[in-house]
Amino acid sequence: MNHLTIKVCLLAVFAASAAVAETTAIVGATAHTMGEQGTIENATIVIEDGRIASVSAGTSPPAGATTIDARGKIVTPGLFSPVGYLGLVEVGLSAGPRDAAQLGDEFTAGFDVADAYNRRSTLIAINRVEGITRAVITPGPGWPDELGNTGHVLSGLAAIVNLGDSGDAIERRAAAMIVNLGEGGSGLAGGSRVGALLTLRNALNEAIDYNDHRDDFERGARRTYSHSVADLEALQGVLSGATPLFVDVNRASDIEVLIQLVEEYAIRAIISGGAEAWMLAEQLAAAQIPVVLAPQDILPGNFDKINARRESAAILAAAGVTIAFADGQSHTHNARNITQSAGNAVAYGLPWADALHAITLAPARIFGVADSVGSIEAGKEADIVIWPDDPLELTSYPEQVLIKGQSISMTSRQTLLRDRYLQSDSDKPPAYRK
Amino acid sequence: MKRSIVAIAAFAVLIAACESRQGDDASAPYASRYQPLPGAATLLAGATILTGTGARLENADILLRDGEIVAVGAGLSQEGATVVDATGRWITPGVIDVHSHLGVYPSPGTASHSDGNEATAPVTAEVWAEHSVWPHDPGFVTALAGGVTALQVLPGSANLIGGRGVTLKNVPGRNVQDMKFPGAPHGLKMACGENPKRVYGSRGVAPGTRMGNVAGYRTAWIAAADYKKKMEAAEEGKGEPPLRDLKLETLAGVLSGEILVHNHCYRGDEMSIMLDIAKEFGYKVTAFHHAVEAYKVADLLAENDTCAAMWADWWGFKMEAYDGIRENAALVDLAGACAVIHSDSAVGIQRLNQETAKVIGAAARAGIDIAPERAIQWITSNAAKALGVSELTGTLEPGKMADVVLWSGSPFSVYTRADQVYIDGALAYDRHDPSLNPVTDFTLGTSAAAGGAQ
Repeated sequence: MNHLTIKVCLLAVFAASAAVAETTAIVGATAHTMGEQGTIENATIVIEDGRIASVSAGTSPPAGATTIDARGKIVTPGLFSPVGYLGLVEVGLSAGPRDAAQLGDEFTAGFDVADAYNRRSTLIAINRVEGITRAVITPGPGWPDELGNTGHVLSGLAAIVNLGDSGDAIERRAAAMIVNLGEGGSGLAGGSRVGALLTLRNALNEAIDYNDHRDDFERGARRTYSHSVADLEALQGVLSGATPLFVDVNRASDIEVLIQLVEEYAIRAIISGGAEAWMLAEQLAAAQIPVVLAPQDILPGNFDKINARRESAAILAAAGVTIAFADGQSHTHNARNITQSAGNAVAYGLPWADALHAITLAPARIFGVADSVGSIEAGKEADIVIWPDDPLELTSYPEQVLIKGQSISMTSRQTLLRDRYLQSDSDKPPAYRK
Repeated sequence: MKRSIVAIAAFAVLIAACESRQGDDASAPYASRYQPLPGAATLLAGATILTGTGARLENADILLRDGEIVAVGAGLSQEGATVVDATGRWITPGVIDVHSHLGVYPSPGTASHSDGNEATAPVTAEVWAEHSVWPHDPGFVTALAGGVTALQVLPGSANLIGGRGVTLKNVPGRNVQDMKFPGAPHGLKMACGENPKRVYGSRGVAPGTRMGNVAGYRTAWIAAADYKKKMEAAEEGKGEPPLRDLKLETLAGVLSGEILVHNHCYRGDEMSIMLDIAKEFGYKVTAFHHAVEAYKVADLLAENDTCAAMWADWWGFKMEAYDGIRENAALVDLAGACAVIHSDSAVGIQRLNQETAKVIGAAARAGIDIAPERAIQWITSNAAKALGVSELTGTLEPGKMADVVLWSGSPFSVYTRADQVYIDGALAYDRHDPSLNPVTDFTLGTSAAAGGAQ
């Protein structure tokens, strides 16, 4: 590294740290705050030290503030991906890091993906330039391999990350515990959905027993458990209500069983998938069980989804169920497509504001971080996206994304590839175009 | 007398023409028995029309009669036609998906239904996807609700050469022959890259590498060329024909240009190799499918008149998909090559218009302006070209099959839905009319029947 490079690096570091301390104001946009202020025309959003200091209409930015002119633009909170393997998986099949699942018996409930999160993964930049600023990263089910090693009904602990550049990407550990019921669970449990439920009950019962008899257990005066101590400790969060179960389940009858189980153990749950959840909208609202769904998922891909329908999101929301959107195809590489899910829900009856809510504040609430993100309100961290027009339209791309008040670089490995092959006037091979 | 002979001859020609339009060689095995649904002359009036030829007409009408498009333009006569007020709405040619596994990998996706990959040998040119198609796949009707009027159902990509694909009209049928697109050539599914080498390499048999893949294609084409030569010689009275061989018959059909090659291929460098194989054996690659790196070799595709059928944004699910970019189709189009957006998915096929919209937006972000009238060609006329049916459908021009979608707004808005879908001039789907929301046998009695498509 030569002296010039060092100087440039130092300058960059200085500039980056200075930017945090500075005051930034986004001025002139139509701001969909998702907070009590609703939608504000000609908004002035003041950001100090990475947090939103004030949100108002038509006021002048504070003296000395770095101003982002957003007249004629749309501003929304950063988008929140509610499920997937961002930062855990680089390439899905036969290649690259895949840290979302662990086969074998050693860990189930205690398998915590947070430490595997790679904020420098190419997927992070690719998704954040399209507006994703926070994500729930989840362990995967880990389907059986050729040797017969299998994944688990309880896949482990999800975490919440920010997609910013700072080292403190993990916002919250043990944000949810992933559970597979229904057809997916039966495959992991050995053939029947009954097995999946028994596995879950057994884990909860052991965790209760362990907690009630810790001293005896440590003295070796208590029966052995089928779960490791790490698993039993992780399950304490579920029993205390701090960690909701995040349950992959689709069939209405399985959801009915889940509602009973949640009541019986006085724990919290979130449904992932929920193809037939609309049939139980009232019950889910009463039980305060949110649903993370992909509204495009309307085919009976298996017998658990036989009553899937287009209007699911609208029906659930109208009944008072909190909903959030996953993307319809890949939960990970294209987490960015949650805007498409939201737009399609609008096409089939969900009010537009509810759809935006379902990709911003709703997931923040569902996963317990709405005190710090999810809306553009004073005191919250400044995750903000500036759009040229309607963010749910697929032709719309963010012009600038801020994470914790920082304007992120709007380049990604994909924009670099694009630009390399757009430079067709070069007479050298692409490898010389950077 | 003479005159009547001429008249009879003309009549015979007309009948022949009609037959070829309805089902070409009806005596051929597994021939199309497609019959258009009952329809009436219809005038869709006052719409924004994207013709599929690159034109956009405002406040324009389109007249459909006897299964054909009669006229497109302003102020058409309403005489004798059912008039649909299309003011404020958009009209496009029917959406065509060149890459589907509906029917061969249907919903529900049980093992009993897994009929898309004859993964028992790396070259299975003898199998035909149509012999696996389950017409009661609910995916056909959800695709219809997305404006899809025709689709090619292909075998999967486990094999180097997977078998014949079939082009269908997206009408509910009791069997596949009721759906077969009359006059459409067969496709041949080939696959590059990871899938064949993984499937067979993991069993310890060839191919286990990309070079093994290439050796496999070449070996197959050598046998096909020999078979074709012997068949032709026998036709000329030189020697006995060889025993009929289903595998070589299909491959010889490619060499004689009757069957179109649809080649699953992600990487640009592999497409380049495949084009050279085609040169070596004298066939044409009609389209590369998936073509995630088509943007890297768009000039080669243009030179070879080879289409690239692409997703808008699938990437990273395997190594050969790692370099996918959303501008792919736009860059292919910009290079003058034939760009197609395909689905390869029972979900994606329902929204090919939305997938196209993503590319329009990404291109705009890169400073490339793609007008709607241009982009619509990626899922209509260019797709028809890739399937060898561009003389019959894919554009809104007089004389073409009246395969038409009436959209509630711009097809590239996420809020837009297909209001009406016409296939050969017959209303096959109407979002507002439950009697025109077909329900497959499988979904009868479920919520899909109670409004899943409305």
